[in-house]
Amino acid sequence: MRDVAIIGVGQTEVGEHWDVSLRHLALGALQAAMTDAGVAQTDALYVGNMLAGELTGQEHLGALVADFAGLRGVEAFKVEAACGSGAAALRLGYVAVAGGLANIVVVVGVEKMTDTLGPDTTSALAMAADADYEAAQGISFVALNALLMRRYMHEHGYAHHDFAPFAVNAHRNGSHNPYAMFQFPVSADRFAQAPMICDPINLLDSSPICDGAAAVVLAPAEAARAFSAAPVRITASAVGTDTLAIHDRRDPLVLDGAVLSTQRAYEQASVGPQEIDLFELHDAFSIMAALSLEAAGFAERGQGLRVALDGEIELGGRVPITTMGGLKARGHPVGATGVYQIVEVVQQLRGLAGSNQIPNARVGMAQNIGGSGATVITHILERME
Amino acid sequence: MDRDSQIMLKPDREVGIIGYGAYVPRYRLPAAEVSRIWTDGQGGTPIREKSVPGPDEDVVTMSIEAARNALGRSQGVDPALIRAVWVGSESHPYAVKPTSTIVAEAIGATPYTQAADWEFACKAGTEAFQAAIGFVGSGMAPYALAIGMDTAQARPGDDLEYTAGAGGAAFLLGPAEDALTVIEGSCSYVTDTPDFWRRAYRHYPSHGGRFTGQPAYFKHSTAAAQSLMTALGRQPSDYTYAIFHQPNVKFPQTEAKQLGFTPAQIAPGLLANDIGNTYAGSSLVGLTAVLDVAAPGDRVLLVSYGSGAGSDAISFRVTEALLERRDLASKTRDYVGRRVEIDYATYVRYTKKLRLN
Repeated sequence: MRDVAIIGVGQTEVGEHWDVSLRHLALGALQAAMTDAGVAQTDALYVGNMLAGELTGQEHLGALVADFAGLRGVEAFKVEAACGSGAAALRLGYVAVAGGLANIVVVVGVEKMTDTLGPDTTSALAMAADADYEAAQGISFVALNALLMRRYMHEHGYAHHDFAPFAVNAHRNGSHNPYAMFQFPVSADRFAQAPMICDPINLLDSSPICDGAAAVVLAPAEAARAFSAAPVRITASAVGTDTLAIHDRRDPLVLDGAVLSTQRAYEQASVGPQEIDLFELHDAFSIMAALSLEAAGFAERGQGLRVALDGEIELGGRVPITTMGGLKARGHPVGATGVYQIVEVVQQLRGLAGSNQIPNARVGMAQNIGGSGATVITHILERME
Repeated sequence: MDRDSQIMLKPDREVGIIGYGAYVPRYRLPAAEVSRIWTDGQGGTPIREKSVPGPDEDVVTMSIEAARNALGRSQGVDPALIRAVWVGSESHPYAVKPTSTIVAEAIGATPYTQAADWEFACKAGTEAFQAAIGFVGSGMAPYALAIGMDTAQARPGDDLEYTAGAGGAAFLLGPAEDALTVIEGSCSYVTDTPDFWRRAYRHYPSHGGRFTGQPAYFKHSTAAAQSLMTALGRQPSDYTYAIFHQPNVKFPQTEAKQLGFTPAQIAPGLLANDIGNTYAGSSLVGLTAVLDVAAPGDRVLLVSYGSGAGSDAISFRVTEALLERRDLASKTRDYVGRRVEIDYATYVRYTKKLRLN
């Protein structure tokens, strides 16, 4: 196994890109990353995407993006793991470079969700859940999360407004990220008054439906300095899985897939939660942020919300999360999200996060979740000294 | 001829509005009623209330009312000289069979007349209006009648149900010498942008949610208005009044601000809060409200918007004749102020939303 480094990153603005096609979104991020890395060719291209077949009528994204990127002939295909597709594509790229099967690999996550009507997008997103035992009962993805949130409030005795710090923190950080969909702050009052989506989940508990693409370029760590003045080493790449259906889980309020994924990542990187300088977690809904903090060892069961209420998730806190806005404010173009998280951790480790910079950030963790916790992919990145 | 001038539509012979007339039904459904039924009263509403047609009203009867008002202000134009009766609407009572023949018959314009129905979502009325300018401006006809009128449809519970209203206006176009306002030029800006549509055999339209805003309404309205003002060498401050398509209150306010118009310039023609979105009639009934208060020499900019999508911008100059003739028929604000509030159940009955067999 070889050490793997990220030598270039690129991203497009997250938003409603009604006038940009799926392939051009991917192309924009890919070209930015390859320019950043100073490479013109690659051994392989892996595209993370969940919904192009359902929402754009386009599958076969590997060859498509390769062709339009001027990389015709290169090894290329799409990787799908619901909302975890982006990190899954990175995982594949990591395996290829670490195993010596490729030297330069480009990973791009792309999603186009706003060209369809809301109900169609909602139906497509429900494919992340168990089609026979969850979606067939008429339960949407937000409804599944609402069940979890309601259970969490009931078991642990929290009120809805206790979740406000997640949205407030994400928007505060997103307001300084030029690539974020929502570049404005929100107050706890505004959170409390936001329109209800699916009780108890309101608008500001939810990440937005949007379009976007992000990309990274990988190379063997030993060669990384030839491409980048500030390469970042991938010290862990780990996947954990759980049941698709929430009702099959040992404990619905523990993300076992995230526990496994994080433990494996900590072991690979030889670090623990105390060494993590920032944590880009999967805050698709605020309940997911609370459960992720617990699964990753930053809080005991039922105490994830306490971490947020105590201000420890803020930029200067013990475990800064969603440092560039997270899924809530940067946006959640589902199959691209996992790659955006990596791009943002790299920005932090390079010291290029602007006013959101975590001082002396050395070790960052990103965790991308597919479905309600069935696929959890964790990467730990470290600044190369 | 430079490109700015080429894109402007302007006939060889000057054309103007000889008579105009509005019509708005008397029934009003408060937006709070829609909210009470569908959202437990939660969430905001885009307008205060919308107009609802009575059980014996449709686009035909309403068009006839407006046409009679327009003829009333024309001071004696013989209806038999009207060579075209064109009705723009997306709620024609028949799928096949013209609305316009019935209207033409009712006002005495038959039989030597063109009669046709126009369709382009909310700008069907200004399409008919511009065609009528050409008909008269070419010298083919002494007079042509253009109407934009709707009893707008919305799926129960949809966002559009708050605003889909009923009403519109009729305009008799003729030679500029006899006109209440002279048409200075117009500009149409059209792309294939599917933001709102209704397929055949469907009762209610579908729409693209947030897509109906920036890439649809705002893009086309701005382009048409800017292009026309550039071609005419004008700017917002040259106009006393401006009217935009008004699907709600916020869109025309935002559009006006972006273009550089003041709230005072759009206030007289902004009726959406009181009658909702009257679709093909929406900007035109705003124009009649403005003509009811305008003074000779005033310039007026009208910008329609129709989904699918496109905008027509038309520039007017008011003449002295307006003062003499505008009191010859009911004013727009008279119709707006003539209100009978109804509840949701009555609205369901009047608009025939209950299937009885």
